[in-house]
Amino acid sequence: MIGIIAAALCAVSVFSSISLSNTAQLSDAAISSCSDALQLALYLAGTMALWGGLMRVAEKAGITRIFERLLSPITKRLFKHCDEKTLQNISMNITANMLGIANAATPLGIAAVKGMAKNRSRYTARSIAMLTVLNTASIQLIPTTVGALRAKYGAAEPFDVTLPIIAVSLISAVCGCIVVYAVSMTNLKGKKNEIK
Amino acid sequence: MRSSEIFVPAVITFILLAGVVKRVDIAQEFMLGARESLLTVFEILPSLILIMTAVGMFSASGAVEIIADTLSPLTSFLGFPRECISLAVIRPFSGSGALCVLEDTLSKVPPDSFAGRVASVIMGSTETTFYTISVYFAAIKQKAYPAVFAGACFADMCGFVLSAAAVRVFF
Repeated sequence: MIGIIAAALCAVSVFSSISLSNTAQLSDAAISSCSDALQLALYLAGTMALWGGLMRVAEKAGITRIFERLLSPITKRLFKHCDEKTLQNISMNITANMLGIANAATPLGIAAVKGMAKNRSRYTARSIAMLTVLNTASIQLIPTTVGALRAKYGAAEPFDVTLPIIAVSLISAVCGCIVVYAVSMTNLKGKKNEIK
Repeated sequence: MRSSEIFVPAVITFILLAGVVKRVDIAQEFMLGARESLLTVFEILPSLILIMTAVGMFSASGAVEIIADTLSPLTSFLGFPRECISLAVIRPFSGSGALCVLEDTLSKVPPDSFAGRVASVIMGSTETTFYTISVYFAAIKQKAYPAVFAGACFADMCGFVLSAAAVRVFF
Protein backbone atom coordinates (compact mmCIF):
# COMPACT_ATOMS: atom_id res chain seq x y z
CA MET A 1 0.00 0.00 0.00
CA ILE A 2 2.89 2.39 0.76
CA GLY A 3 4.34 1.36 -2.61
CA ILE A 4 1.07 2.18 -4.38
CA ILE A 5 0.92 5.58 -2.64
CA ALA A 6 4.52 6.34 -3.67
CA ALA A 7 3.75 5.37 -7.27
CA ALA A 8 0.57 7.48 -7.29
CA LEU A 9 2.41 10.50 -5.86
CA CYS A 10 5.09 10.19 -8.57
CA ALA A 11 2.49 9.89 -11.33
CA VAL A 12 0.57 12.95 -10.08
CA SER A 13 3.84 14.89 -9.78
CA VAL A 14 4.98 14.10 -13.32
CA PHE A 15 1.56 14.99 -14.71
CA SER A 16 1.36 18.31 -12.82
CA SER A 17 4.92 19.36 -13.56
CA ILE A 18 4.39 18.76 -17.30
CA SER A 19 1.19 20.81 -17.26
CA LEU A 20 2.90 23.60 -15.24
CA SER A 21 6.12 23.14 -17.27
CA ASN A 22 8.48 23.02 -14.28
CA THR A 23 10.03 19.65 -15.08
CA ALA A 24 13.55 20.88 -14.21
CA GLN A 25 12.49 21.44 -10.58
CA LEU A 26 10.86 18.02 -10.46
CA SER A 27 14.01 16.34 -11.70
CA ASP A 28 16.13 18.19 -9.10
CA ALA A 29 13.66 17.25 -6.36
CA ALA A 30 13.72 13.57 -7.30
CA ILE A 31 17.51 13.38 -6.97
CA SER A 32 17.88 15.61 -3.92
CA SER A 33 15.08 14.11 -1.82
CA CYS A 34 16.63 10.64 -1.67
CA SER A 35 19.73 12.27 -0.17
CA ASP A 36 17.44 14.27 2.12
CA ALA A 37 16.06 10.95 3.37
CA LEU A 38 19.57 9.88 4.37
CA GLN A 39 20.16 13.21 6.11
CA LEU A 40 16.88 12.86 7.96
CA ALA A 41 17.87 9.33 9.01
CA LEU A 42 21.21 10.62 10.34
CA TYR A 43 19.40 13.33 12.30
CA LEU A 44 16.85 10.79 13.55
CA ALA A 45 19.67 8.40 14.49
CA GLY A 46 21.10 10.92 16.95
CA THR A 47 17.90 11.91 18.73
CA MET A 48 16.33 8.45 18.59
CA ALA A 49 19.47 6.87 20.06
CA LEU A 50 19.52 9.47 22.85
CA TRP A 51 15.88 8.86 23.77
CA GLY A 52 16.14 5.11 23.24
CA GLY A 53 19.00 5.02 25.73
CA LEU A 54 17.29 7.35 28.20
CA MET A 55 14.06 5.37 28.07
CA ARG A 56 15.89 2.16 28.89
CA VAL A 57 17.40 3.89 31.93
CA ALA A 58 13.90 5.19 32.82
CA GLU A 59 12.52 1.67 32.49
CA LYS A 60 15.19 0.19 34.82
CA ALA A 61 14.60 3.03 37.29
CA GLY A 62 10.88 2.15 37.42
CA ILE A 63 9.66 5.45 35.93
CA THR A 64 7.90 3.83 32.95
CA ARG A 65 5.90 1.55 35.28
CA ILE A 66 4.33 4.62 36.93
CA PHE A 67 3.09 5.96 33.57
CA GLU A 68 1.90 2.49 32.59
CA ARG A 69 -0.27 2.32 35.74
CA LEU A 70 -1.59 5.85 35.17
CA LEU A 71 -2.68 5.12 31.61
CA SER A 72 -3.67 1.47 32.09
CA PRO A 73 -7.44 2.20 32.27
CA ILE A 74 -7.19 3.34 28.62
CA THR A 75 -4.38 1.15 27.28
CA LYS A 76 -5.72 -2.13 28.73
CA ARG A 77 -9.00 -1.59 26.84
CA LEU A 78 -7.54 -0.41 23.55
CA PHE A 79 -4.68 -2.92 23.41
CA LYS A 80 -5.77 -6.41 24.38
CA HIS A 81 -3.39 -9.31 25.10
CA CYS A 82 -0.24 -7.21 25.25
CA ASP A 83 2.56 -8.10 27.65
CA GLU A 84 3.68 -5.76 30.47
CA LYS A 85 6.73 -4.47 28.56
CA THR A 86 4.66 -3.56 25.48
CA LEU A 87 2.04 -1.78 27.61
CA GLN A 88 4.84 0.25 29.22
CA ASN A 89 6.17 1.22 25.79
CA ILE A 90 2.67 2.21 24.64
CA SER A 91 2.12 4.37 27.74
CA MET A 92 5.49 6.08 27.36
CA ASN A 93 4.80 6.62 23.64
CA ILE A 94 1.48 8.34 24.44
CA THR A 95 3.12 10.37 27.24
CA ALA A 96 6.01 11.50 24.99
CA ASN A 97 3.52 12.51 22.28
CA MET A 98 1.48 14.53 24.78
CA LEU A 99 4.62 16.30 26.00
CA GLY A 100 5.61 17.05 22.41
CA ILE A 101 8.89 15.06 22.42
CA ALA A 102 8.29 13.39 19.05
CA ASN A 103 11.82 12.04 18.82
CA ALA A 104 11.29 10.16 22.07
CA ALA A 105 7.85 8.95 21.00
CA THR A 106 9.03 7.31 17.77
CA PRO A 107 11.50 4.73 19.22
CA LEU A 108 8.96 3.90 21.96
CA GLY A 109 6.18 3.41 19.44
CA ILE A 110 8.42 1.24 17.29
CA ALA A 111 9.45 -0.84 20.32
CA ALA A 112 5.75 -1.26 21.16
CA VAL A 113 4.71 -2.44 17.67
CA LYS A 114 7.72 -4.77 17.57
CA GLY A 115 6.59 -6.25 20.89
CA MET A 116 3.05 -6.71 19.54
CA ALA A 117 4.29 -8.31 16.31
CA LYS A 118 6.43 -10.81 18.24
CA ASN A 119 3.67 -11.88 20.64
CA ARG A 120 0.93 -12.78 18.16
CA SER A 121 -2.71 -13.00 19.18
CA ARG A 122 -6.09 -12.46 17.51
CA TYR A 123 -5.88 -8.78 18.43
CA THR A 124 -2.32 -8.13 17.19
CA ALA A 125 -3.28 -6.54 13.87
CA ARG A 126 -5.87 -4.36 15.57
CA SER A 127 -3.48 -3.21 18.31
CA ILE A 128 -0.76 -2.27 15.81
CA ALA A 129 -3.30 -0.34 13.72
CA MET A 130 -4.67 1.38 16.85
CA LEU A 131 -1.24 2.57 18.01
CA THR A 132 -0.33 3.79 14.50
CA VAL A 133 -3.59 5.76 14.28
CA LEU A 134 -3.03 7.25 17.76
CA ASN A 135 0.40 8.37 16.60
CA THR A 136 -0.96 9.93 13.42
CA ALA A 137 -3.50 11.99 15.40
CA SER A 138 -0.82 14.06 17.20
CA ILE A 139 -2.26 14.43 20.70
CA GLN A 140 -0.11 17.17 22.22
CA LEU A 141 -0.74 19.27 25.33
CA ILE A 142 1.26 22.36 24.23
CA PRO A 143 1.62 22.98 20.46
CA THR A 144 5.10 24.55 20.68
CA THR A 145 5.96 24.70 16.95
CA VAL A 146 2.62 26.22 15.95
CA GLY A 147 2.76 28.67 18.86
CA ALA A 148 6.26 29.83 17.93
CA LEU A 149 5.25 30.44 14.29
CA ARG A 150 2.11 32.34 15.33
CA ALA A 151 4.19 34.52 17.67
CA LYS A 152 6.65 35.23 14.84
CA TYR A 153 3.84 36.58 12.63
CA GLY A 154 2.34 38.75 15.35
CA ALA A 155 -0.53 36.77 16.89
CA ALA A 156 -1.95 38.59 19.93
CA GLU A 157 -2.01 35.38 21.95
CA PRO A 158 0.02 32.73 20.04
CA PHE A 159 -1.24 29.84 22.21
CA ASP A 160 -4.95 30.72 22.11
CA VAL A 161 -5.37 27.86 19.59
CA THR A 162 -4.25 25.26 22.16
CA LEU A 163 -7.73 24.22 23.30
CA PRO A 164 -9.17 23.82 19.78
CA ILE A 165 -6.06 21.82 18.79
CA ILE A 166 -6.45 19.42 21.73
CA ALA A 167 -10.19 19.09 21.10
CA VAL A 168 -9.74 18.39 17.38
CA SER A 169 -6.91 15.89 17.84
CA LEU A 170 -8.79 14.02 20.59
CA ILE A 171 -12.00 13.76 18.55
CA SER A 172 -10.18 12.75 15.37
CA ALA A 173 -8.14 10.14 17.30
CA VAL A 174 -11.37 8.67 18.68
CA CYS A 175 -12.90 8.66 15.16
CA GLY A 176 -9.80 6.92 13.77
CA CYS A 177 -9.88 4.29 16.54
CA ILE A 178 -13.58 3.61 15.90
CA VAL A 179 -12.82 2.98 12.21
CA VAL A 180 -9.93 0.63 13.11
CA TYR A 181 -12.23 -1.15 15.57
CA ALA A 182 -15.02 -1.50 12.99
CA VAL A 183 -12.74 -2.72 10.17
CA SER A 184 -10.92 -5.22 12.38
CA MET A 185 -14.23 -6.46 13.87
CA THR A 186 -15.39 -7.55 10.44
CA ASN A 187 -11.96 -9.12 9.86
CA LEU A 188 -12.09 -10.99 13.17
CA LYS A 189 -15.54 -12.35 12.35
CA GLY A 190 -14.31 -13.42 8.93
CA LYS A 191 -11.38 -15.29 10.46
CA LYS A 192 -13.60 -17.09 12.96
CA ASN A 193 -15.78 -18.44 10.15
CA GLU A 194 -12.70 -19.64 8.25
CA ILE A 195 -11.53 -21.67 11.23
CA LYS A 196 -14.92 -23.31 11.63
CA MET B 1 13.65 32.06 29.80
CA ARG B 2 10.50 30.23 28.72
CA SER B 3 9.48 27.11 30.57
CA SER B 4 9.33 25.15 27.31
CA GLU B 5 13.02 25.82 26.69
CA ILE B 6 14.18 24.14 29.89
CA PHE B 7 11.71 21.25 29.56
CA VAL B 8 13.72 18.76 27.47
CA PRO B 9 17.01 19.20 29.38
CA ALA B 10 15.03 18.85 32.61
CA VAL B 11 13.47 15.55 31.47
CA ILE B 12 16.90 14.18 30.44
CA THR B 13 18.41 15.17 33.79
CA PHE B 14 15.45 13.80 35.74
CA ILE B 15 15.71 10.39 34.05
CA LEU B 16 19.47 10.15 34.63
CA LEU B 17 19.14 11.25 38.28
CA ALA B 18 16.36 8.70 38.82
CA GLY B 19 18.77 6.11 37.41
CA VAL B 20 21.45 7.18 39.90
CA VAL B 21 19.01 7.01 42.82
CA LYS B 22 17.72 3.56 41.81
CA ARG B 23 21.33 2.33 41.29
CA VAL B 24 20.83 1.54 37.60
CA ASP B 25 24.00 0.78 35.59
CA ILE B 26 23.31 3.91 33.52
CA ALA B 27 26.12 3.67 30.96
CA GLN B 28 25.40 0.00 30.20
CA GLU B 29 21.60 0.39 29.95
CA PHE B 30 21.86 3.61 27.94
CA MET B 31 24.19 1.90 25.47
CA LEU B 32 21.81 -1.05 25.00
CA GLY B 33 18.79 1.21 24.43
CA ALA B 34 20.65 3.56 22.10
CA ARG B 35 22.04 0.62 20.12
CA GLU B 36 18.55 -0.76 19.58
CA SER B 37 17.30 2.65 18.32
CA LEU B 38 20.24 2.96 15.91
CA LEU B 39 19.47 -0.46 14.45
CA THR B 40 15.82 0.60 14.04
CA VAL B 41 16.83 3.73 12.10
CA PHE B 42 18.96 1.56 9.84
CA GLU B 43 16.01 -0.79 9.29
CA ILE B 44 13.56 1.96 8.34
CA LEU B 45 15.99 3.83 6.05
CA PRO B 46 15.13 2.00 2.77
CA SER B 47 11.45 2.73 3.31
CA LEU B 48 12.24 6.37 4.15
CA ILE B 49 14.11 6.79 0.87
CA LEU B 50 11.14 5.53 -1.16
CA ILE B 51 8.50 7.64 0.59
CA MET B 52 10.64 10.79 0.81
CA THR B 53 11.61 10.69 -2.86
CA ALA B 54 7.94 10.43 -3.83
CA VAL B 55 6.93 13.18 -1.38
CA GLY B 56 9.81 15.42 -2.50
CA MET B 57 8.67 15.12 -6.12
CA PHE B 58 5.07 15.78 -5.06
CA SER B 59 6.01 18.98 -3.17
CA ALA B 60 8.20 20.34 -5.98
CA SER B 61 5.84 19.55 -8.86
CA GLY B 62 3.18 22.12 -8.01
CA ALA B 63 0.60 19.34 -7.76
CA VAL B 64 -0.50 20.72 -4.38
CA GLU B 65 -1.73 23.97 -5.97
CA ILE B 66 -3.50 22.12 -8.80
CA ILE B 67 -5.31 19.87 -6.28
CA ALA B 68 -6.15 22.91 -4.11
CA ASP B 69 -7.64 24.72 -7.12
CA THR B 70 -9.69 21.66 -8.07
CA LEU B 71 -11.01 21.23 -4.54
CA SER B 72 -11.82 24.88 -3.83
CA PRO B 73 -15.48 24.82 -5.04
CA LEU B 74 -16.19 21.84 -2.76
CA THR B 75 -14.39 23.31 0.27
CA SER B 76 -15.95 26.76 -0.05
CA PHE B 77 -19.31 24.97 -0.02
CA LEU B 78 -18.26 23.27 3.24
CA GLY B 79 -17.05 26.58 4.75
CA PHE B 80 -13.39 25.57 4.74
CA PRO B 81 -11.03 28.52 4.01
CA ARG B 82 -9.38 28.49 0.58
CA GLU B 83 -6.00 29.49 2.12
CA CYS B 84 -5.83 26.25 4.11
CA ILE B 85 -6.41 23.68 1.34
CA SER B 86 -2.73 23.49 0.33
CA LEU B 87 -1.82 22.83 3.96
CA ALA B 88 -4.41 20.06 4.25
CA VAL B 89 -3.18 18.45 1.00
CA ILE B 90 0.52 18.40 1.97
CA ARG B 91 0.09 17.71 5.73
CA PRO B 92 -0.34 13.90 5.61
CA PHE B 93 2.77 13.51 3.44
CA SER B 94 5.41 15.95 4.61
CA GLY B 95 5.96 17.62 7.99
CA SER B 96 8.62 20.06 6.77
CA GLY B 97 6.54 20.83 3.66
CA ALA B 98 3.50 21.56 5.82
CA LEU B 99 5.57 23.82 8.06
CA CYS B 100 6.66 25.84 5.00
CA VAL B 101 3.05 26.14 3.81
CA LEU B 102 1.89 27.22 7.31
CA GLU B 103 4.64 29.85 7.48
CA ASP B 104 3.64 31.08 4.02
CA THR B 105 -0.04 31.22 5.01
CA LEU B 106 0.64 33.11 8.26
CA SER B 107 2.77 35.65 6.40
CA LYS B 108 -0.09 36.32 3.95
CA VAL B 109 -3.12 36.30 6.27
CA PRO B 110 -3.06 37.55 9.90
CA PRO B 111 -2.53 34.72 12.44
CA ASP B 112 -5.65 35.87 14.32
CA SER B 113 -7.90 35.77 11.25
CA PHE B 114 -10.25 32.84 10.63
CA ALA B 115 -7.97 31.27 7.97
CA GLY B 116 -4.85 31.86 10.06
CA ARG B 117 -6.39 30.14 13.07
CA VAL B 118 -7.73 27.22 11.02
CA ALA B 119 -4.27 26.71 9.50
CA SER B 120 -2.72 26.70 12.99
CA VAL B 121 -5.25 24.18 14.30
CA ILE B 122 -4.72 21.88 11.27
CA MET B 123 -0.96 21.94 11.78
CA GLY B 124 -1.26 21.22 15.50
CA SER B 125 -3.93 18.55 15.43
CA THR B 126 -2.76 16.31 12.56
CA GLU B 127 0.43 14.41 11.79
CA THR B 128 2.48 13.29 8.80
CA THR B 129 0.27 10.24 8.48
CA PHE B 130 1.91 8.35 5.61
CA TYR B 131 5.40 8.91 6.96
CA THR B 132 4.36 7.55 10.37
CA ILE B 133 2.66 4.51 8.85
CA SER B 134 5.64 3.68 6.63
CA VAL B 135 8.10 4.00 9.54
CA TYR B 136 6.09 1.76 11.88
CA PHE B 137 5.43 -0.93 9.31
CA ALA B 138 9.01 -0.83 7.98
CA ALA B 139 10.19 -1.47 11.55
CA ILE B 140 8.12 -4.67 11.91
CA LYS B 141 8.76 -5.66 8.26
CA GLN B 142 5.05 -6.08 7.52
CA LYS B 143 2.74 -4.71 4.88
CA ALA B 144 0.45 -1.99 6.17
CA TYR B 145 -3.11 -3.34 5.94
CA PRO B 146 -6.31 -1.46 4.97
CA ALA B 147 -7.52 -0.99 8.58
CA VAL B 148 -4.52 1.26 9.28
CA PHE B 149 -5.09 3.45 6.24
CA ALA B 150 -8.84 3.60 6.79
CA GLY B 151 -8.41 4.68 10.42
CA ALA B 152 -5.58 7.14 9.80
CA CYS B 153 -7.15 8.76 6.72
CA PHE B 154 -10.53 9.06 8.44
CA ALA B 155 -8.83 10.66 11.45
CA ASP B 156 -7.12 13.13 9.09
CA MET B 157 -10.35 14.04 7.31
CA CYS B 158 -12.05 14.57 10.69
CA GLY B 159 -9.09 16.73 11.71
CA PHE B 160 -9.42 19.01 8.68
CA VAL B 161 -13.20 19.39 8.85
CA LEU B 162 -13.25 19.80 12.64
CA SER B 163 -10.44 22.40 12.55
CA ALA B 164 -12.70 24.83 10.72
CA ALA B 165 -15.63 23.92 12.98
CA ALA B 166 -13.55 24.26 16.18
CA VAL B 167 -12.28 27.73 15.25
CA ARG B 168 -15.91 28.80 14.70
CA VAL B 169 -16.93 27.37 18.09
CA PHE B 170 -13.99 28.63 20.17
CA PHE B 171 -13.58 32.18 18.76
